[in-house]
Amino acid sequence: MELDPLILSRIQFAFVVSFHAIFPVFTIGLASYIAVLEGLAFKTRNPVWTKLSTFWTKVFAVVFGMGVVSGIVMSFQFGTNWSAFSQASANFLGPILSYEVITAFFLEAAFLGVLLFGRDKVPAGVHLFAAIMVATGTFISSFWILAANSWMQTPAGVEFREGVFHVVSWSEAIFNPSFPYRFMHMALASFLTGGFVVAGVSAWYLLRGREFEANRKALSMCLWLLLFIAPAQAVVGDFHGLNTLEHQPTKVAAMEGNWETSRNVPLLLFAIPDQENQTNHFEIGIPSLASLILTHDWDGEVPGLNEVAVEEQPPVAIVFWSFRIMVGIGVLMILFALAGLFLRAGGRLYKTRWYLQGMRFMSIAPFFAVLTGWFVTEVGRAPWLVYGMMTQAESVTPSLTGGMALFTLIGYIVVYALVFSAGVYYLMRVLYVGLEDADDEEHASDRPARPLSAAHVPFEIESGSHGVHQAKPANEGGH
Amino acid sequence: MELFDLALIWAFIIGFGIIMYVLMDGFDLGVGILFPFAPSEEDRDTMMNSVAPVWDGNETWLVLGGAGLLAAFPMVYSIFLPALYIGVFLLLAGLIFRGVAFEFRFKARTSRYLWNWSFAGGSTIAAFAQGAVVGAYIQGFNTVNGAYVGGALDWLTPFTVLTGLGMLAGYALLGSTWLIMKTEGRLQEWAYRVSAPLLIAVLVVFGIISVWTPFVDDMVRERWFSNLSVIWILPALTLLCAFQIWRSVRNRFEGMPFVATMGLFITTYLGLVVSKWPYVVPPNYTLWDAASAYESQLFLLLGLLFVIPIVLAYTAWTYWVFRGKVRAGEGYH
Repeated sequence: MELDPLILSRIQFAFVVSFHAIFPVFTIGLASYIAVLEGLAFKTRNPVWTKLSTFWTKVFAVVFGMGVVSGIVMSFQFGTNWSAFSQASANFLGPILSYEVITAFFLEAAFLGVLLFGRDKVPAGVHLFAAIMVATGTFISSFWILAANSWMQTPAGVEFREGVFHVVSWSEAIFNPSFPYRFMHMALASFLTGGFVVAGVSAWYLLRGREFEANRKALSMCLWLLLFIAPAQAVVGDFHGLNTLEHQPTKVAAMEGNWETSRNVPLLLFAIPDQENQTNHFEIGIPSLASLILTHDWDGEVPGLNEVAVEEQPPVAIVFWSFRIMVGIGVLMILFALAGLFLRAGGRLYKTRWYLQGMRFMSIAPFFAVLTGWFVTEVGRAPWLVYGMMTQAESVTPSLTGGMALFTLIGYIVVYALVFSAGVYYLMRVLYVGLEDADDEEHASDRPARPLSAAHVPFEIESGSHGVHQAKPANEGGH
Repeated sequence: MELFDLALIWAFIIGFGIIMYVLMDGFDLGVGILFPFAPSEEDRDTMMNSVAPVWDGNETWLVLGGAGLLAAFPMVYSIFLPALYIGVFLLLAGLIFRGVAFEFRFKARTSRYLWNWSFAGGSTIAAFAQGAVVGAYIQGFNTVNGAYVGGALDWLTPFTVLTGLGMLAGYALLGSTWLIMKTEGRLQEWAYRVSAPLLIAVLVVFGIISVWTPFVDDMVRERWFSNLSVIWILPALTLLCAFQIWRSVRNRFEGMPFVATMGLFITTYLGLVVSKWPYVVPPNYTLWDAASAYESQLFLLLGLLFVIPIVLAYTAWTYWVFRGKVRAGEGYH
């Protein structure tokens, strides 16, 4: 079989970007949480907030470090595998992506070092300011990245001349039609990720009887946050979907598994999309509900995949199922947030083991929701790279052979498997050591902004030393 | 209305970024290359500590250069990266392994030897790949209509292997002279001892490359031997720097060997620039051919003019904070 460089490049990009995305989506949310903790510590002078902030800053440092390392690869992918696209779109994407890099460096140079290493070296107000600036900086970074991505989804403000995009309006190109929705959706996704991770880890510590006061506060404040933003995400997601329906109807048709334009379209709960025969098998759906959601009318007309030629359809099954997984996890998030409210009202929040165990598992759920969400929007754009203007096939590096692409694909998988299993393993060690280590912090470390060195945790498990805490049942301690 | 030749301004910015990167990441890659040959494990700790506070700042210049190339000279970006596809992968893999080793080696106990190899191997591969990129640039690229049309391993020739080895030796020399400046006692003595053979290796390889280049590149031959004989001042300065390195190492000066090695790199770099100017994708495209649209270059320039001074100030401050000798067991975390 002939190796197809296009397919292999798509797989490679999906692999590298998916691996990268999980780190920033977490750090964006976590940075805001740390800023809030710092604000509370500054205002109330309660050492519990400082303890929580110190611990989560350590976690932030490790995850941020892994995000930076995986991000370096991203900035070269465009050139190695998508050089025709890079050449054509550089007038817009070049400056936009460079501004992201500049933002990140400016942030790291000015404030990250103060946040990670300056707790006892600068006044508390300055430290708080640094935390706020780091949180703001992560949003500015995502602003540029999402502007670039949204422009590829709904291109605006450019002219295509002699094979190259020329910017005619920077504001129209940056604030393109899908950008506000995607930015809001992604910002809330980051908060949900940060919130569920902190809540899940706190629940785990509570189950093991560790640091009751601090971890209760952490769990409690996260659940209040989630109670509002989990439903809000559903609303924003709906608006984002309507925006997609307006600008990329084929993607919505794939999300709904809707092959033919029609009225009274059911909301499919289950189906096996069959691209070859342009139909679904084993459909289970709720009649007319998709029409209602998308057009706000029970018998509204919903465009189908038949609006475009078969070769202009995205791979329907991936989009269809990714969308269902994302929405399913979103529903679970809302349910867990509501359950938290009821347990709190009954005064049983910190003692209900099934709930704490459930939150523990929910801490990884947002990552799957984020990845499947990106699968929907990225795969759903196929075969276009710049929607309606440039296809993926036109974008791939002309000199790239299947063998070269396969070599680097395997190479990146091996490198990432080695490096990031070490990283994730180390993160687990930091979590295992926990908040208790926060008191004997401040080793002789006056090093500047080197993220990972902010976490003073040994790499291996050392028997008999710190980091081993006896588990106590959740309902015993912490009176 | 195009008031300034922005392409020219951008060429200076990118050119400045490249030499900043080479000098700064050069010595910390060099420390990595020398790592396996250090006298003892304790010396390895000191070696790593001498570059640990600054290495990631050094690598920011690489990322800034990559993004800046896409924005200002997209043709360079979209020809170099496909042409050097395999080499770019090796470079990135090398940088990832050594970057992670910096963080985990200090925290590791029993697995430390693995991180030693990760640091040394990653540094060596990255340095070699960078040297090969320079060689490939001198060789030129097989292009049609602004796109690369050659094969996957066109860049890998005896000539680029030699430039790769040259870069290895050069970075190792930057590393050893850095160690002379930053350490003392047994480790410093060792750094003095290895600097002389490294200097000889650098001169031999650079010499062969210089003799070979006019045969690889007609334009360079033309320029060296007929048009622009003033160019010969640069190799003369390079030799002067080399003599200075040799003299200062022999007299056990501490700062001068590193400064003179930087001088050697700068004069060699300038020699390369004036030999190839204004071709950024030899043999067909000049920097003006490769430039992006005027409004795009302008849009990014505004932000960069604001940020570069801050990055430079921060860099200078970092080096100031960590000035002086690194001693064994100090700054350990």
